[in-house]
Amino acid sequence: MVSASAGREAGQAPDSQPVAEPATRRRPLDVLSAYFTVLILLALIAFFSLWTGRAFFDLGNFQNIVIDASQLLLLAVGATFVIITAGVDLSVGSVLVFSAVVCAKVMVRFSGSAEEVTRYEFPTQSVGIPLGIAAGVLSGLAWGVLNGLLVTKLKMPSFIVTLGTLGMALGFAQLLSKGVNVPNVPPAIQSEIGLRELVGFDFAGDRIRLQLPVLIAIVVTVACGVALARTRFGRYTYAIGSNAAAARRAGIDVDRHLIKVYGLSGLLAGIAGVFDLFRFGNASVATHSADNLAAISAAVIGGTSLFGGLGTVFGSVIGTFIPAVVRNGTVIARVQPFWQQVVIGAILIVAVFLDQRRRRAEERM
Amino acid sequence: MDAERNGGPAPVLRASGIVKQFGAVRALDGVDIEVRPREVVALIGDNGAGKSTLVNVLTGVFRPDDGQMMFDGRPVSFASPQAARTAGIETVYQDLAIAPHLDPVANIFLGREYRTPGPLGGLGFLDRRRMVRETERQLAQLKVRIPGLGRRMTTLSGGQRQGVAVARAVMWASKVVFMDEPTAALGVAQTGQVLQLVRQVRDTGIPVVFISHNMPHVFEVADRIVVLRLGRVVRELDPRTATIDEAVLAMTGSLASGRVGLGDGAMANAGSGAAEGRGARG
Repeated sequence: MVSASAGREAGQAPDSQPVAEPATRRRPLDVLSAYFTVLILLALIAFFSLWTGRAFFDLGNFQNIVIDASQLLLLAVGATFVIITAGVDLSVGSVLVFSAVVCAKVMVRFSGSAEEVTRYEFPTQSVGIPLGIAAGVLSGLAWGVLNGLLVTKLKMPSFIVTLGTLGMALGFAQLLSKGVNVPNVPPAIQSEIGLRELVGFDFAGDRIRLQLPVLIAIVVTVACGVALARTRFGRYTYAIGSNAAAARRAGIDVDRHLIKVYGLSGLLAGIAGVFDLFRFGNASVATHSADNLAAISAAVIGGTSLFGGLGTVFGSVIGTFIPAVVRNGTVIARVQPFWQQVVIGAILIVAVFLDQRRRRAEERM
Repeated sequence: MDAERNGGPAPVLRASGIVKQFGAVRALDGVDIEVRPREVVALIGDNGAGKSTLVNVLTGVFRPDDGQMMFDGRPVSFASPQAARTAGIETVYQDLAIAPHLDPVANIFLGREYRTPGPLGGLGFLDRRRMVRETERQLAQLKVRIPGLGRRMTTLSGGQRQGVAVARAVMWASKVVFMDEPTAALGVAQTGQVLQLVRQVRDTGIPVVFISHNMPHVFEVADRIVVLRLGRVVRELDPRTATIDEAVLAMTGSLASGRVGLGDGAMANAGSGAAEGRGARG
């Protein structure tokens, strides 16, 4: 309540607070929500560990989970920003494929002459590979910026815009690649970069290895998490999703910020596309058709609200690993793979339900 | 204060002959208005009288089609709400214009965040501690109590949210604060607190332009009442001598039924007139 008058001390409600209670750094609600999803994750790990023993509860296996989740993690981080602004980006899976194709095409084109690359000789791959990476990442950024421009300048719903660019990016990717994997990609991208162990040593009978894509995914995720929580960029992201009109009245250039947010989502999809190429030597259209929904559900399981204004990168990290653990655990337990979708879908619904209920209990608005 | 007013400190804001046309509708038809330091000016009028349009013109949301504005003794023309804010004019909007998912500190500093000194600030890192400190100081000055500045606005009561919206305006206003129906959605106790807040702002020297439909609130808090009707200033009233009936009469024009049963009945008429007039003009 606003205790305005000076002479009203006697009439004040018993629960009135000191004038300026020290502000808590983190909102208690966020911590609680994050803990809740962490608990689900820990429960799943415990469950599969008890069920399958060392086959699941194993450092080597945990590393597999992290490696497998690293690409989706990037998409989920991008989705977190977009959804916090009350938007959605359905195009990320297609943009990922497009970026991988562009990266491969540019790389092959600049790594040697047409005859050389068909003989699997790549005399100028030290030029071609960096150029390919740059082209792949930038093409992702370009799709993201296009999404942002369409959403803000044409004032179109992000769902429609990104549904459109989903189809366009995929179509262009297939036109560029003529519907087949780009041939004659330098194998060095896998052996020397994508799968190379930056750090590798034996520990307690397990091989600990850190690959470049995983390291980059971790660094990008942490950087984005800090940016969302601690910087003006993050603050504006929340403000726009919470009340875009208020943000505009406060002098925030809402359109410009949204273009940056969609650009970030596209950029991260571009990086994930390059990773795909560097890990598997190609990017297949089929494996990424559901990436957009996987990224959205990771963010939502992690407490990001589709209505905007709420969400954390940390939550989305947990939301990425919950399905990853379910997938890995069910495979090891030799459960029919169809159960994965059932379990992940149920977790999504339960997580969001409990999240909503807790928030409603706290809120008066 | 009377001497001050009559002798006249120079007006902070003076608008004359303001015209604003929306298509065929003349929302403002040559409005003259002055705002002087250390006063609460109430702007009253029926729906469609042009109150909101006038406020939007004075705060840079709309450009007037005609008329002059003097601000601090100089002619001005605000190209945008930002330009008006830079000049020291703040507005508390009817819907508060807060971000409900952010905390009070983030809302008060929205668009004006302090960044940490050094290279981290260059990257956009926020100096939360400094913002919290200044918010605490500002709220203490206004005697607004908020339990826990780290909580989302959604967890606060309507009165507390209003307190934050007013605190934000006052914190950044160096010249004038506009308040558009600040008591519209509040209960009795909270309304009293907001009216007290209006007086406190006035007492710091910053004039408040208070827009309201609610006559008792207007008479409680205003130093001067300006009545708008059909896009013109039709009367100026002194709340110490005028009655609510006079104000309502000025707002609605001559009552067809004559001066019978003014008072509560007239208020009711004004209320229903307002309901009918809704949608006629923004």
